[in-house]
Amino acid sequence: MSAGYGVNDFVVRFANVNGTGSASANTMFAKSIFRSGVPVSAKNIFPSNIQGLPTWYEVRVSAQGYVGRRDGINIMVSINPQSTDRDLKDTATGGYFLYDSTWPLPPEKRRSDIHYLEIPLMELSNKNFTEPRFRQLFKNIIYVGALSALLNIEREIFEGLFQDQFPGKEKVVASNLKALDLGIEYARANWKCPLDFHIEKLNLTDGKILMDGNTACALGAVYGGATVMAWYPITPSTSVADAFDEYCNKLRVDPETGKNKFAIVQAEDELAAIGVVIGANWNGARAFTATSGPGVSLMNEFLGLAYFAEIPTVLIDVQRAGPSTGMPTRTQQADITSAFYASHGDTKHVLLFPSTPLECFELTATAFDLAERLQTPIMVMTDLDLGMNDHMSDPLTWDASKIYDRGKVLTAEDLDKMEKFGRYQDYDKDGITYRTLPGTHPYKGSFFTRGTSRDEDAKYTEDAGAYTRNMDRLVRKWNTAKTLVPAPEFAWQDGGADIGMIYFGTTTGSATEAMDMLRMQGLEIDGMRLKATPFSQQILDFILDHDTLFVIEQNRDGQMRNILINELEIDPRKLIGVLNYDGFPITADNILRQINSHIPQTQHAASKSPKGDFLNI
Amino acid sequence: MSYKRPNFRHPASATNSIGFHKKDYEGALSTLCAGCGHDSISAAIIQACFELAIPPHRIAKISGIGCSSKTPTYFLSNSHGFNSVHGRMPSVATGAVLANKELTYIGVSGDGDTASIGMGQFAHVVRRNLNMLYVVMNNGCYGLTKGQDSATADPGSMGKAGVATMFSSIDLAGLALELGAGFVARSFSGDKDQLIPLIKAGIAHEGFALIDVLSPCVTFNNTTTSTKSYTYVRDHMDTTSITDFVQEKSEIKASVKPGEHKVIEMHDGSLIELSALAAGWDPTDRLSAINAIHKANSKGEVLTGLIFVDTDQREVHKILNTVDQPLNELEQRVLMPGVEALEEINASFR
Repeated sequence: MSAGYGVNDFVVRFANVNGTGSASANTMFAKSIFRSGVPVSAKNIFPSNIQGLPTWYEVRVSAQGYVGRRDGINIMVSINPQSTDRDLKDTATGGYFLYDSTWPLPPEKRRSDIHYLEIPLMELSNKNFTEPRFRQLFKNIIYVGALSALLNIEREIFEGLFQDQFPGKEKVVASNLKALDLGIEYARANWKCPLDFHIEKLNLTDGKILMDGNTACALGAVYGGATVMAWYPITPSTSVADAFDEYCNKLRVDPETGKNKFAIVQAEDELAAIGVVIGANWNGARAFTATSGPGVSLMNEFLGLAYFAEIPTVLIDVQRAGPSTGMPTRTQQADITSAFYASHGDTKHVLLFPSTPLECFELTATAFDLAERLQTPIMVMTDLDLGMNDHMSDPLTWDASKIYDRGKVLTAEDLDKMEKFGRYQDYDKDGITYRTLPGTHPYKGSFFTRGTSRDEDAKYTEDAGAYTRNMDRLVRKWNTAKTLVPAPEFAWQDGGADIGMIYFGTTTGSATEAMDMLRMQGLEIDGMRLKATPFSQQILDFILDHDTLFVIEQNRDGQMRNILINELEIDPRKLIGVLNYDGFPITADNILRQINSHIPQTQHAASKSPKGDFLNI
Repeated sequence: MSYKRPNFRHPASATNSIGFHKKDYEGALSTLCAGCGHDSISAAIIQACFELAIPPHRIAKISGIGCSSKTPTYFLSNSHGFNSVHGRMPSVATGAVLANKELTYIGVSGDGDTASIGMGQFAHVVRRNLNMLYVVMNNGCYGLTKGQDSATADPGSMGKAGVATMFSSIDLAGLALELGAGFVARSFSGDKDQLIPLIKAGIAHEGFALIDVLSPCVTFNNTTTSTKSYTYVRDHMDTTSITDFVQEKSEIKASVKPGEHKVIEMHDGSLIELSALAAGWDPTDRLSAINAIHKANSKGEVLTGLIFVDTDQREVHKILNTVDQPLNELEQRVLMPGVEALEEINASFR
């Protein structure tokens, strides 16, 4: 029961064949709405394949700024005959089905409750363009043109987009505009333009950017001072490495010598990748890797080594649907448990949960400070939805006065002043000890780094007391970490409610939309957004302040809920899981349905939504 | 095994050219079995580093897991060490080398650590031509887990357990040659005269340098039926040449028989002197080296000495074109691109 549709409030879904240039055209469509000043969010739903299979691209327009996915397709642009049946089924009642009438739609397939927009795309393209490759590409631009007429998107905006995409290539721009105009003209000649739901220019995107989370993470690493990256290709994290490479080559090359202030290694596998990262960090260079669930599984042994030997490490986990190979091109938040407890033995890790591209940037940069301060692995838990889709975000900013925190590293001068150096001596009683880098001092400060137990001076030992002292100190360090990791954010109802909602990462968009909808229904509900583990006192207080809390997450087993129960010793009956794990980003409608199923209707105040009846989907 | 090492040092004991005593290159007392080949290799490493006059703290030692990987504790106490995880020393070494190109890196591994679990990483550290010395302490068995066959144990060879090895064996030196390594040597823990110059040459070599050192395991694989025993190796050793390592050009000996002598110059100006060259073998011709190994293997001999060297290969930092200053010394102001650049980036996403 979402907000239906209207001006600046609708969903367009494109159904294409992957490998035909559709992503580029569809992205341009989304961007045209962004440049019209209207908030937009785009989701690329692509197959684990290079060419030839169905792919979908969903664009949600929401003047209210809701960026989560929404059910109910108001315009289906059906370009791929393979998925016609499914696409017809997914179109909302009263919606529009736009398709390439070069191949007619059989009458028996037609639904009576939707409108049909027929346009002979292939025919138009073939008539006007001669090269086969361009015919395919411009066919997509023709439908973008048709949509722009239907939805009232200004042609000047597309001119600007073409100019930006093909700087200096006037002929290419002209061809693209020609294709666009073919679509515009056809739409105006044959259909009632604009539709009753369309775009009206606003200024709600002023200053904002439209960027994918992986690029933002890569920039966070550049700005955060990473000099070494080792990685192994895996969907959906590869583009982090690609972006890091691109921006390092732009921003980290010494202008005088042309030499690189960075080293990127495409390793032979994920184990090697994390090994390189640990070796580099051990030797004083900020290093990181990016991977997905299967990679985290492979990296488990090294993560335990970094935890126990206390070596800074930064790992970006762009999560996808598991288990095992799972669905490589679908999103989930399903690595929470395996990342939190990574490796055998008693381990617990610091996790960070960005929810926007800006946070991808900020938290990745912060991860390096935390890694070196805490001398431990820091895992930035993003996901395919955030990483590979273009999200609206506040622009990236960097505080010019910010100084990297390189943590407790002793220099030669420091060592000269010390009589004895013990690598694992808790001098400051915060659980964090001091380290030295190789090559520092001729006869002081050297020690052995190892994954085995050792005493405070880093000497191998099997002594029970030394081992337990060390394990207990790691708990002290964990408690120190609670004061250093990003704090949660709260959305309080006036006066505080009995019911709360807990969310993190990409569920935030739909969670906050659902919260608005629930409040409109008269339910008092507060929200808390988690940004990190370990959990601080604030998080416990919020949970204790509410009778029932819904933990919204995208995995089957309620992994975050489990960790909250374990770590904070919460009665399991207090936390109710609101889950979605079909590989698609969760919708506010889904959250609403699940929460309402748990809450008796008497708890909602008797009030109707100001928008009147909801569109039945 | 003695429990306490005497602290007494002769007052006139020599210092090297930078003023360090040999004891500055020593490590803790070994806890390996008495007679273990690995201890001889440790001693050779100590001697080589002392003679090369590298400041001890400017060396980093990295190892995997196993008896051999324990040895870095027994040499170079003033160097930082990293005893990592089984089979993964190459990746850790790669990260360390990338972070700081100015240190000297010694990676120590065993035949179990390298030829089984570490086989993948071995191939790729060779490919990348990491500037390091890679020492395999090769005894044909897994000592620390009590004597299982390793992948370098020869078919038919029998250790203490008395069961003949079933599968074919991996020749790490031969494999390194095939993978394109630029410095390949094999030696024997019982032959310090050969081993020490090879270690020095391997350290001086700018790029990946492998020394596969046969190092008998007295506890599990030194039987009369083992091809990795002291007796067997001594009786079947075949050398490529007599190798000498010379740091200064001026020290070249005058008495040289032409044709039997070859001198190879390293990047840093030091020299490898080879004399009594084996017939048909050219140390700078990879094909010749590969043939020499195959020939020796087919005769049941173990080819030792410097097998191949190529001083023209670029090591990883040259390949990646990194700045001269070590990456771990670059300061924030040269790494952080600045607020203006960020504004341009934002503009590109609007």
